[in-house]
Amino acid sequence: MLLQVEDLHVHFLTQSGEIPALRGVSFSIEKAESVAIVGESGSGKSVTALSLTKLLESPPAIYKKGKILYEGVDLLSLSQKELRKYRGGEIAYVFQEPSTSLNPVYSIGFQLLEAIELHQPHLKDKKSVGLEVLQKVGIVDCQRVWKSYPHELSGGMQQRVMIAMALLCKPKLLVADEPTTALDVTIQAQILELFAKIQKDLAMSVLLITHNFGIVKGFSDRVVVMFRGQVVEEGPTEKVIYSPTHPYTKALIDCVPRLGEKGKRLRAIDYSLIESSLNL
Amino acid sequence: MTGPTVSSPLLSVNSLKVYFPIRKSLFGRSKEWVKAVDDISFTIKEGQTVGLVGESGSGKTTIGRTIVRLQDPTSGSILYEGKPIHNLSQKQFRPYRKKIQMIFQDPHNSLNPRLTIESILREPLDIHFPGMEKKQKKEKIVELLEKVGLSAEHLYRYPHEFSGGQRQRIGIARALAVGPKLIICDEPVSALDVSVQAQIINLLMDLQQEFNLSYLFISHDLAVVEYLSDYVLVLNKGRIVEEGTPEEIYKHPKDAYTKKLIASIPSI
Repeated sequence: MLLQVEDLHVHFLTQSGEIPALRGVSFSIEKAESVAIVGESGSGKSVTALSLTKLLESPPAIYKKGKILYEGVDLLSLSQKELRKYRGGEIAYVFQEPSTSLNPVYSIGFQLLEAIELHQPHLKDKKSVGLEVLQKVGIVDCQRVWKSYPHELSGGMQQRVMIAMALLCKPKLLVADEPTTALDVTIQAQILELFAKIQKDLAMSVLLITHNFGIVKGFSDRVVVMFRGQVVEEGPTEKVIYSPTHPYTKALIDCVPRLGEKGKRLRAIDYSLIESSLNL
Repeated sequence: MTGPTVSSPLLSVNSLKVYFPIRKSLFGRSKEWVKAVDDISFTIKEGQTVGLVGESGSGKTTIGRTIVRLQDPTSGSILYEGKPIHNLSQKQFRPYRKKIQMIFQDPHNSLNPRLTIESILREPLDIHFPGMEKKQKKEKIVELLEKVGLSAEHLYRYPHEFSGGQRQRIGIARALAVGPKLIICDEPVSALDVSVQAQIINLLMDLQQEFNLSYLFISHDLAVVEYLSDYVLVLNKGRIVEEGTPEEIYKHPKDAYTKKLIASIPSI
């Protein structure tokens, strides 16, 4: 077991009081396993991802209850200083919008070096490590990309750079929060393929966060479905997709547009039905 | 173009070219061009949806922008109900803005954050129906909100108080305000969750039935385009590489690029 989240409760302080974002989330990730969290905006999937290394600013976020065990260590009990070892080094992130994750005024090479400097200051030939990792994410002309600034690269290339940066410290868990939502479908397919390849080659665990059931199939071993801060269903990907037990899971699968169903109405989610089946 | 048919097209685009200069010589003449749209022709009939699919940089947005005169064409013509509209001045084009409306991709950036929903929806009425009475306008605004699944209680709220899907509904209401016949939908669901995407697509289909609207539906996602469209154009690097009914295209794709697009669609 690499990571185990147990009964995690996260609240946010707002002007109108404390709002629960997570109400008892539990799931686990094995070594070299890929798990997907699927849910809509507001379901708490990103909050879950960010909580893993306490990346949410606190306050407003309050870690009310629960445990996040990473190789047996409860990350929630660690200080900010102690957590630095885990952030990037053990658990790395790739976010949705690559253009806002990269610093526009520094070259790609500079930003990669910065990360190496921070995490592996003892390394001798830092540049060659950086170039190597660019190659690993499928960037052929890595010399040119090294000198480029973020705006000179396409969205797909920027996301590859972000993945390269995440891989620099050889993390054991890669958290990808909506990594393809800002990309075209063709580029999305390429990036997902790249994730799958890296995961296999490096025997890494991947936590994919997405709102689209369509991209989960053929990618993740297991799926966790979230709704309003709770896990409503969990299981092996194929089983969840082909025989979902929770009405929300079924509704979420049904609203993915499929080829060859022209003119039919898409099935939108009936929330009142789902809420009545949950005790919120 | 073929001769007049029984139902003459609402919009016809003929060998449209839009080039952007990238390097200029000493005397301001352009030496090199980006051919964003290169010899594109198609027609849209009344009540029909034409889908435009392609990746970023394929020129699909430029086509939409050229139709609503946000961009000048380099050559070619655009006819609305048989009359050329591509060479009109902004003032001459104004009556056509009533007929042709646009819905944009990012509902966050296309609504003025300082205006209430009522003001956002009243603006097009003030411009295009200056004679309408105040009370009548208010009734019309409420009616529009109800049409897109919102209600009168939303009138005095600001855009930031709404979710992405609701904001897109407001964008649709604004487009409907002037009673258009053609709506250019430029990636209207790309920034939305799949679950919300389904709601918006259903809404667009319902509105089309009710008002006999024509759509030019622009998207990078063939699965979405296929749901709505009667006819699909696949665009690559400014050229149409394949066109046909959605069934033809996904069952028997001929072009390698179309095949790649189909293979990229996430499927369950």
